[in-house]
Amino acid sequence: MPQLDLATWPPQLIWLTITFGILYLVISKFALPKIGGTIESRQNRIASDLDEAQRLKDDSEKAIAAYEAALAEAKAKAHGIAQETRDTLKAEIEAERAALDAELNARLEKAEASIAATKAEALQSVEQVAADAAGAIVSQLIGGKTTAAAVKKAIADVK
Amino acid sequence: MASNSGDGGLNPMHQFEISTIAEIKLGSIDASFTNASLWMVIVVASVCLLLLLSSSKLVPSRLQSVGELAYEFVANMMRDILGDSGRSFFPLVFTLFMFVLAANMWGMINIPGVLKPFTVTSHIIVTFAMAMFVFVLATVVGFVKHGVGYLKLFVPSGVPTVLLPLLVVIETISYFTRPISLSVRLFANMMAGHTMLKVFAGFVVSMGILGGWAPLAFMVAFTGLEFLVAFLQAYVFAVLTCIYLNDAINMHH
Repeated sequence: MPQLDLATWPPQLIWLTITFGILYLVISKFALPKIGGTIESRQNRIASDLDEAQRLKDDSEKAIAAYEAALAEAKAKAHGIAQETRDTLKAEIEAERAALDAELNARLEKAEASIAATKAEALQSVEQVAADAAGAIVSQLIGGKTTAAAVKKAIADVK
Repeated sequence: MASNSGDGGLNPMHQFEISTIAEIKLGSIDASFTNASLWMVIVVASVCLLLLLSSSKLVPSRLQSVGELAYEFVANMMRDILGDSGRSFFPLVFTLFMFVLAANMWGMINIPGVLKPFTVTSHIIVTFAMAMFVFVLATVVGFVKHGVGYLKLFVPSGVPTVLLPLLVVIETISYFTRPISLSVRLFANMMAGHTMLKVFAGFVVSMGILGGWAPLAFMVAFTGLEFLVAFLQAYVFAVLTCIYLNDAINMHH
């Protein structure tokens, strides 16, 4: 078995020490920092990308919330404006109606007054006509002269 | 040094021969550059190239994925076993895992005529050196962290007093056989697999064109299994390293 040839042991040990030592130095000083750095930077990149995605999602959710708030506000505002318009229109109509009512009432009163005046005048005329007619009838019947005052008195008595 | 580097022929152990490429002497110590050294250099160079030359893109390329998969595989394994207390040992465990994995995998690859294939981890001295390093490191860490209290590892709690001496002996033996079991497991798996493949390759030749198909088919299937073993043994080596370090750091028992 060549493995047990003791003469081959010293050179193998020496060269194992040299090569293994070099490999250890290269791996610990260069290879592992390089590979570890690559893996770490990849993990950091993935983590930061996930964070970024989360941040963007939050942003979009915020934007949606803001949009919905604005929409609700606009709706409330529109409702308010409509209500206000309705109220002012109602008030205007009310005022106009009141003015119209007042005018109509005034005219009515005026008309009534004029009717009353006309009626009184008419009655006055009727009295005059009656007095005249009564005076004429009396003078025709009894042939004498009658005084207007007497006739009026008589009519007043009849009335 | 093995000098019978003539044609190994059908000798299934020939593939484990060490042959010198360039002779180097450090005083009286032989530090020659051998085929084992060459393959260690290839293993280290390939791992370095894979890990350093791949891109660092956000969306990884295929080569980059390989490095990142290995990184996360070992990191998750360490987190499961050691929790967060063993972060400082991550480079070591990762190096062990990559070295053993690359050595095992290179052992499976044979490009005829380019390089004679060789499995670094099929030599007990290599696996034992790594296992011993892990064992000594874990023991030192244990004593640094817990002082003499680390010896409580050998005294299981909640055991009848009568059985205690026996259990202390068993615990002590099991602790000190850790480097042996750790190294032999890897070495034996690698050696057995490659020997088996070589033996069956010999059958293919000796059974000729008529009968040789059966062992060839077996070899194809067994090669697939060997790739699994190559990965699994690297994983087991790393897991056991983590478990030993966990005993030393957290003293779970």
